[in-house]
Amino acid sequence: MSLRRLDTTALIYLALAGVVAIGGIAVAIDGGNLFSTANLVDMFTRTSLTGFLALGMTLVILCRSLDLSVGYTAALASMVAATTMDGDPNRIVLGALAALLVAGLVGAANGAIVSFLGVNPFIATLGVGLIIKGYLDTEYKGPAGLVPTAFQQFGYSRIAFVPVSTLVMLALAAAGIWFLRSTRTGHHMYAVGGNIDVARMSGVRTKSTLMTAHILCGMFAGVAGLLLAARFGTGSATEAYSNLYELDAIAAVVLGGTLLLGGRGGIAGTVAGVLILAVLDTVFNVMQINPFAKDVLRGAIIITAVAIYARRQLSRTARRPRFAAAGTAADTGRP
Amino acid sequence: MGRIRTAAAALAGGGTGTVFALLAAIFIAVAFTNPGFFEGPSLMAFLKQAAPLVILAAGQYFVIVSGNFDLSVGALVGAQVVIAARLIDGEESRTLPVMGVMLLFGLAVGLVNGLVTTALKVQSFITTLGMMLVLTGAIRLWTGGAPTGSLSEAFRGPGRRGIDDVPLIGQIPWAVLIMIGVGAAAIWLMRTRFGRVLVASGDNELAAELSGGRVDTVRTVAFVLSGLSATVAGVLIGGYAGVSAQVGQGMEFTVITAVVLGGVVLGGGRGAVVAAMAGALTIEALFALFNQMALPSTIRPAAQGLIIIAAVAYAAKRRTRRPVAATATTNANPS
Repeated sequence: MSLRRLDTTALIYLALAGVVAIGGIAVAIDGGNLFSTANLVDMFTRTSLTGFLALGMTLVILCRSLDLSVGYTAALASMVAATTMDGDPNRIVLGALAALLVAGLVGAANGAIVSFLGVNPFIATLGVGLIIKGYLDTEYKGPAGLVPTAFQQFGYSRIAFVPVSTLVMLALAAAGIWFLRSTRTGHHMYAVGGNIDVARMSGVRTKSTLMTAHILCGMFAGVAGLLLAARFGTGSATEAYSNLYELDAIAAVVLGGTLLLGGRGGIAGTVAGVLILAVLDTVFNVMQINPFAKDVLRGAIIITAVAIYARRQLSRTARRPRFAAAGTAADTGRP
Repeated sequence: MGRIRTAAAALAGGGTGTVFALLAAIFIAVAFTNPGFFEGPSLMAFLKQAAPLVILAAGQYFVIVSGNFDLSVGALVGAQVVIAARLIDGEESRTLPVMGVMLLFGLAVGLVNGLVTTALKVQSFITTLGMMLVLTGAIRLWTGGAPTGSLSEAFRGPGRRGIDDVPLIGQIPWAVLIMIGVGAAAIWLMRTRFGRVLVASGDNELAAELSGGRVDTVRTVAFVLSGLSATVAGVLIGGYAGVSAQVGQGMEFTVITAVVLGGVVLGGGRGAVVAAMAGALTIEALFALFNQMALPSTIRPAAQGLIIIAAVAYAAKRRTRRPVAATATTNANPS
């Protein structure tokens, strides 16, 4: 089991190495250098925002759920942070905490609707996202609030060529890996995603596990919102959700080898998925490929990657004897 | 007495009947705020505006009832309108050939969605999400960002005009006739062998396969039908509203909302196509009601979100209660 999981993760990091190598060569032929400081900074800067969202998304997808509201949650959190801070450096902590609290509450709402009301997660989180969008668009006509300069550093400062936000993302990713590997709730998430009925019968509190995953996902979106607020210097809702960040995050998770049907995958793979997307974006940017072509390539790459994973999955299930048994049973059942 | 009770149960059951009850309730509310709404011309105007969503809902129903999603329809509608404008470029004589090209394109997109989902075993969520990215990117790449060209008068006919000088009603729009035609065809299709296999494959893939249903074939056909419905909707929307880069944006979520509101279960196997189309009509009626109440348009998404969560939660509650009762009775008399 653990060997198998290692296999998939190793494959993804191999793919990442391949993308970096091919990208580096392509840029070199074009007369540039992918590994110049400016390009590395660009690459790592791209990882943090998608990274935060994708980390939380990994948890809910592992539980066989989904969160389409993260873009809106991030927008709401950035609004809450910026309006609470309102340019006063003394209120930074208060603003950040308020943003995380609101984002966590949104996650809790998602989790409650999914686990207690039994609503399909696609519909539940899409609905919650639309409610937030309606609220933000009605309440704020444009940017609002002001982020103190001290907090804006979170968006811009960096150590050597690695932005602080990326370091925070990697630290949270490490914490997430630990959480999934070494805590009881982490193990329960795999169980719930693998088969919720079996998990429940084995004594796993499936509802509270789902709630935890959704709350954490919301809070990760809250961190993403803080980053947005720090980068823009103000709370700006439409900027945040018109980019469809949630789809980017899902793409990174799926690219990272986590099954959309839950129960298998992990955060290490997601980080690789985020990096692959960031490297691709930087390469396209350096080579000045038309931004619209990027979408086309990205869509094609995601489908291809999932098709390859599905093939691996398929050859594995084909070995299971259960289908053969079902077939013979049906045969003998005939008069 | 018993019949009244079954009728009441059908209306409140969260299934097919509920959406009609909901539609009636909204129409009554509309009648109170604006008694003139049900006079011929304004009712026809409403139906004309609702027609594209109803047609899309029929297409999406086929995909959802067989256990998949089609997230690419919004992008496909946009692509079709842009393709039409670019290829026709104001020339009346090109109208019919271009409509043929559009049909082929819709068919091809549906076929690719279907084949990638069934043959390559990529989840439809990812397939159609990738298709959405590819379509939006490709269309913008092709037109350089902004749509060019213009539609011919003949092309705009179906979306704009109708049979004039009908007593009482005034004008019967072509869009309404097309909507009725598509609806009738969809209902007929669901009564054929194809329709039954489609529902069976959404309900229990393995059982459908073992009983001789060609699951992969009918699922692929469902995607093709969705692509074709997006083409027809594209013609109507293009004719009605003209060409812009935003056409179709976000429509995939509205149409999925509509289908789910009609009591069709995500994951497949349950629900009627009439109810899906009624769901689309309900959403349009609701937006009309909002307009009359002079609510800001920004509040629409919030209302849409609330309604969809409430509707699905209601249906889920009803559904989970019934099987519990069923298992209780089987447990009571073990054989």
